Amino acid sequence: MSFFFSNFFNKKNSAPVAKDRLQILLAHERSATSNQSDSDLIQKLQKEIMAVIQKHITIDQEKIQIKVDKGSACSTLEIDIEVPQQYK
Amino acid sequence: MSKVIVITSGKGGVGKTTTTAAIGAALAKTGQKVVVIDFDVGLRNLDLVMGSERRVVFDFINVIQGEASLSQALIKDKRIETLSILAASQTRDKDALTEDGVKKIIDELKEKFDWIICDSPAGIERGAKMAMHFADEAIVITNPEVSSVRDSDRIIGILDSTTEKAQKGEKVIKHLLITRYATNRAAHGDMLNTDDILDILSIPLIGIIPESDEILRASNLGTPVTLSAPDSAPSRAYTDAIKRLQGEKIEITIPTDKKGFFDWLLKRNR
Ligand SMILES: Nc1ncnc2c1ncn2[C@@H]1O[C@H](COP(=O)(O)OP(=O)(O)O)[C@@H](O)[C@H]1O
Ligand SMILES: [Mg+2]
Repeated sequence: MSFFFSNFFNKKNSAPVAKDRLQILLAHERSATSNQSDSDLIQKLQKEIMAVIQKHITIDQEKIQIKVDKGSACSTLEIDIEVPQQYK
Repeated sequence: MSKVIVITSGKGGVGKTTTTAAIGAALAKTGQKVVVIDFDVGLRNLDLVMGSERRVVFDFINVIQGEASLSQALIKDKRIETLSILAASQTRDKDALTEDGVKKIIDELKEKFDWIICDSPAGIERGAKMAMHFADEAIVITNPEVSSVRDSDRIIGILDSTTEKAQKGEKVIKHLLITRYATNRAAHGDMLNTDDILDILSIPLIGIIPESDEILRASNLGTPVTLSAPDSAPSRAYTDAIKRLQGEKIEITIPTDKKGFFDWLLKRNR
């Protein structure tokens, strides 16, 4: 019985989570250009950030990671730059 | 040595994507480096089941066509450090999955990961053929139901004839995973029996995954079931399956969620 109750009370329903996730995802997918513009933006950012950094230190393209998290109200960009040992 | 595994079935809706996520997460949880790849170009879903749908910018096809590097396209799982996903393209054509392009990516992935798990689309078209083409091993997903068994038989034939291994005169190692197994239906004798399926398909059984509401919950949450409910019946079945995949000899059981009952033990003499 204890198993039943812990199951019953501790777990929130998962359907509302599913609905939220779908709404955010579909809002992005339905705007047909959004995927293309996301990847265009990332590619532009990557190039320009590279250019700025290259003025000061030499790093390779792969060491700059730009990741996106698409939200309902806003999306976030996460920029990860791995700096070589000698500059630390 | 990294291993390329294809999760395949012929038929749609049998549990390939669910299995890819569950097995990928279970293997990664043990510290091994795992990447799961969605080959379902145009109808991607693995990202959704893995909970990374909001973070997809570049996909498999972008990498093949040189528009993004592999490291740009790989999405790291937020829960397990050693798990990554490579999404399928939602907008491109399946023809973009060229043999050379896929090979190049898989070779590159082999340098970074211990396990490369390819989630095949349904059917026997290009996406499905490419998903299995470079596989070392295949997990054939079958539901205890006539059309699923028939389609699995077809897929086994294709694994033995068109893959890279087959062309070299070698064999893709094949495992049968029976999913959506309903113990109550089995008890009533209305479901194809495991022994019958094994007799017909004659490839070794790697596990039996019971039908479970935890699977639905897991996909609602975007968390592989082996993470969302690691002690549930399907997770225990998946965890045993990955142990067998790694060569452990464990007796096949059908776990149930009814605690207090013993897991159904399948006495087999194979
Ligand atoms: N063991 C299971 N118990 C209950 N539902 C399952 C199980 N395995 C898969 N499903 C459900 O079956 C449906 C199809 O699964 P999916 O993994 O997407 O199949 P495929 O990738 O083969 O098309 C999904 O709704 C999934 O939640
Ligand atoms: Mg699928």
